[in-house]
Amino acid sequence: MTPLAVALWSIPALLCAPMLAATAPRWSAATRRTYGACFALCFIVLVAAFVHLVGARNTAASLHLPIGLPWIGAHFRLDGLSAFFLVVVNLGAAGASLFAIGYGEHEESPGRVLPFYPAFLAGMNLVVLADDAFTFLVSWEFMSLSSWALVVAHHKDPDNRRAGFIYIMMASFGTLALLLAFGLLAGGSGGYSFTEMRGTTAALPGLVLLLVLLGAGSKAGLVPLHVWLPLAHPAAPSHVSALMSGVMTKVAVYGFIRIVFDLNGPPAWWWSVVVIPLAGITCVLGVLSALMQHDLKRLLAYHTVENIGIIFIGLGLALAFSAHKMPAAAALALTAALLHVFNHSLFKSLLFFGAGAVLASTRERDMEHLGGLIHRMPLTAFTFLTGCVAISALPPLNGFVSEWLTFQAILLSPDVPSWGIKLLVPAVGAMLALSAALAAACFVKAFGVTFLGRARTGAAQTAQEADRFSLAAMFGAAALCLLVGILPGVAIDVLAPAVEGLVGARMPSQSTISWLSIVPVAESRSSYNGLLVFVFITMSTLVAIEIIHRFASRAVRRGPAWDCGFPEPSPATQYTADSFAQPIRRVFGEVVFMARERVDMPAPGNAQPARMTVTQRDPVWDAIYSPISGATSVAADKLGYLQFLTIRQYLSLVFVALVVLLFVLMLVMLVWT
Amino acid sequence: MDLILELIPQGAQMILVLALAPLLLGYTRKVKARLLRRRGPPLLQPYRDLLRLIRKEAVLAENASWLFRSGPYMIFSATWVAAALVPTFATGLYASWTADLIAIAALLGSARFFLGLVGMDIGTSFGGIGSSREMMFASLAEPAMIMIAFTLALLAGSTQLSYIAQFMLTHSSLRVSLGLALAALVIVALAENARIPVDNPATHLELTMVHEAMVLEYSGRHLAVLEFAAALKLLLYLSLIGCIFVPWGLAPAGSSLTGYAVGLATYVGKLAVGGFLLVLLETSIAKMRVFRVPDFLGIALMLGLLAMLLLFVSRSF
Repeated sequence: MTPLAVALWSIPALLCAPMLAATAPRWSAATRRTYGACFALCFIVLVAAFVHLVGARNTAASLHLPIGLPWIGAHFRLDGLSAFFLVVVNLGAAGASLFAIGYGEHEESPGRVLPFYPAFLAGMNLVVLADDAFTFLVSWEFMSLSSWALVVAHHKDPDNRRAGFIYIMMASFGTLALLLAFGLLAGGSGGYSFTEMRGTTAALPGLVLLLVLLGAGSKAGLVPLHVWLPLAHPAAPSHVSALMSGVMTKVAVYGFIRIVFDLNGPPAWWWSVVVIPLAGITCVLGVLSALMQHDLKRLLAYHTVENIGIIFIGLGLALAFSAHKMPAAAALALTAALLHVFNHSLFKSLLFFGAGAVLASTRERDMEHLGGLIHRMPLTAFTFLTGCVAISALPPLNGFVSEWLTFQAILLSPDVPSWGIKLLVPAVGAMLALSAALAAACFVKAFGVTFLGRARTGAAQTAQEADRFSLAAMFGAAALCLLVGILPGVAIDVLAPAVEGLVGARMPSQSTISWLSIVPVAESRSSYNGLLVFVFITMSTLVAIEIIHRFASRAVRRGPAWDCGFPEPSPATQYTADSFAQPIRRVFGEVVFMARERVDMPAPGNAQPARMTVTQRDPVWDAIYSPISGATSVAADKLGYLQFLTIRQYLSLVFVALVVLLFVLMLVMLVWT
Repeated sequence: MDLILELIPQGAQMILVLALAPLLLGYTRKVKARLLRRRGPPLLQPYRDLLRLIRKEAVLAENASWLFRSGPYMIFSATWVAAALVPTFATGLYASWTADLIAIAALLGSARFFLGLVGMDIGTSFGGIGSSREMMFASLAEPAMIMIAFTLALLAGSTQLSYIAQFMLTHSSLRVSLGLALAALVIVALAENARIPVDNPATHLELTMVHEAMVLEYSGRHLAVLEFAAALKLLLYLSLIGCIFVPWGLAPAGSSLTGYAVGLATYVGKLAVGGFLLVLLETSIAKMRVFRVPDFLGIALMLGLLAMLLLFVSRSF
């Protein structure tokens, strides 16, 4: 069977997976069977997609099925780009399913999760395979709705209902934008298959770009369309959060790449000038918002926003280079973006698994109620730490490689003969560097408050290590993070076909370079060798340990903490998530979030406790969403008047409307002729 | 055979930075004491301190985790690798293409990441205050460092330090952007090494400590390793400033033994001058309040950004 056929057969198989659950005697058996089947199916598709990506280079396989609209049918196609994204989707999905085999046991309402989970996986796979606008949009909506059902699985919590409402609003809005974009691409002749769209130039390619930015950007979480993401991603069960953050946002990135790089013709010079600053703002606002959180899962969701910003910086640079006919540089920028897509799907899934393991074990996702989990959950702590190092873009793990490539792409941009880019890119480079440093601060906070220190509550004190399936998923993801970090050249070569198909060039082949270094342009320009950095660090650590242990005292004595002589027994005196972020809140938050601190100090002799209140506002919500929702409710109030009219009034209203419409029609005909 | 010949200078550099780092620390302490009209400890005192520390038993807090015990070694090795990748007496050493300036900055970031974590491991308020403030400083110092790297890369057409040093040797000229980058790099170096005016390496006054607060719970060999890492970091920044802004004397790849000897002599000279200037600066200014530091580091970030912007506009700045 061809890889495309394997992938397509997996869709009905996935949709049938819940039937396994229906035949199971108990919920726990149903959970294991469903997730086990999902794991197996995703693994098979993963292998098939990988084989296509590596084996077939950039040849495309396509298939036309006579389902759907009769005059269009359903087109499917597997080329380099979709094979790469199929790998990302199914790797994440296989990991999440493996994790859920164990984690699913803790689910309170499995009946609300099990039927939708395989559907969600099927939806994401279909989006990546679709080769006509109709199939794409139907799959896209299928993905949105099934994930919405998972977000509101725990619907008894009012926060989750609100998250679900905002999500479904934003998802509908995004699909509307994509629908209009495809309408423009198809043009008057109505060529809805992607092959026909490639052949013709759209009427208004600039407008298509803006619509795709709205449609795919809202799904991916570009500022200012990200507001639903930090609400909806944490509301879902943790393995679904991992999929939504790690994988579904990548499907949105796929939609953007497919339409803008593939279908929409050659890019205009100003496209990147729109994309790059948006991406830079997304980066900084995402990570700053993450720093202000103390809910572990919400913190991770905000970090997805940041990483989407990093990916879009790469995509924006690739657009700029393509528009100015610099294919080699465009290939570097696009490779950086795609590698970050892959890397982010790995470590974000890993981190959400860790948060899920903590949640399952303690029933807490508020970091202020955790602490000291490294003693109770050492293996989870180890993998979570790996994910933290990877997402903070620290060598020798994988997050650093893709950020390093993005930096190298930025360094090529002074050659672009466009003043917009010349003035924009340094600022965005600074934003990227700033967000990398802030991400490190944020993950010191996340890991330090959750896993280090002393337990703040009884739940944290009695936490249990995660089950073996969850641990297997976490260790698998952590191992891949390290592997891609030390062998980045292999990853770059594997995704070369996807890049080549889009910008007509690829990065120089990395497999021939000695010692597995990566060299984006030329060795005199820059090179990085993750393997040697890793070997050097390991060796010097071993040398240091060996020397110390040979010549130094090996005695260890355990005693009470020193703490300058005044140790305080209450764990409440530790630094909390909020107090850790307080210096950064003072430096950045006063401007960005209008954060204000107020201290109410009782008068001397008054035994009441002192209170400190911090208020902060969300600038995006204030500037965009509050006015819109305000206007909507005002309009709804006014229109509500129409609801309670008498028959006579309705009849006259209909009559007036008809007359006005006829009049307008007459005017239009007059102008037309 | 060729490989071994190429590896010798690289190995020598790895050992050289280890050997010189405590000496540099002793030297700066000595000079500082002399400037304050004190006699000061002997030059070799840091070596003795380290020896004494590793001979003592390590006292661990009851709830110290495995991260607390392994953290110092990770911090040390990341710093050591970074220090061994910055050209000291020669350029184009065997492993110099392993990591460029951005990767070296990121390696230091890894070390700082673990330092921030171990500060929080025991769960004391001092550890937390140190980690929290250190990460706030880093959130400005690290982007400033990346901006400096960008400025140099745009000038020299490379982010590899060996190539940058060679470029500076052959194309040395006064440039606005280089001046801005130097000023920014000095500020970053002061902050990263916890020197006055950002932090005081000699303080144990609780509320003003940053770096010292994070390592407060350490003792014995763990403390020795952390102190060594701090000394290596100071050496790294002086070597970095030396190889970029005063690259004279650096032996190019494949030099003769004399070339290396000249490189070594000039390197030691550069460290002596650099250390002296550092101490001169430190003794002439007062320590800042913690919330003045972001402004100070913000200046470095803005200078770096300005230098980069100038080069984006025209390569002749």
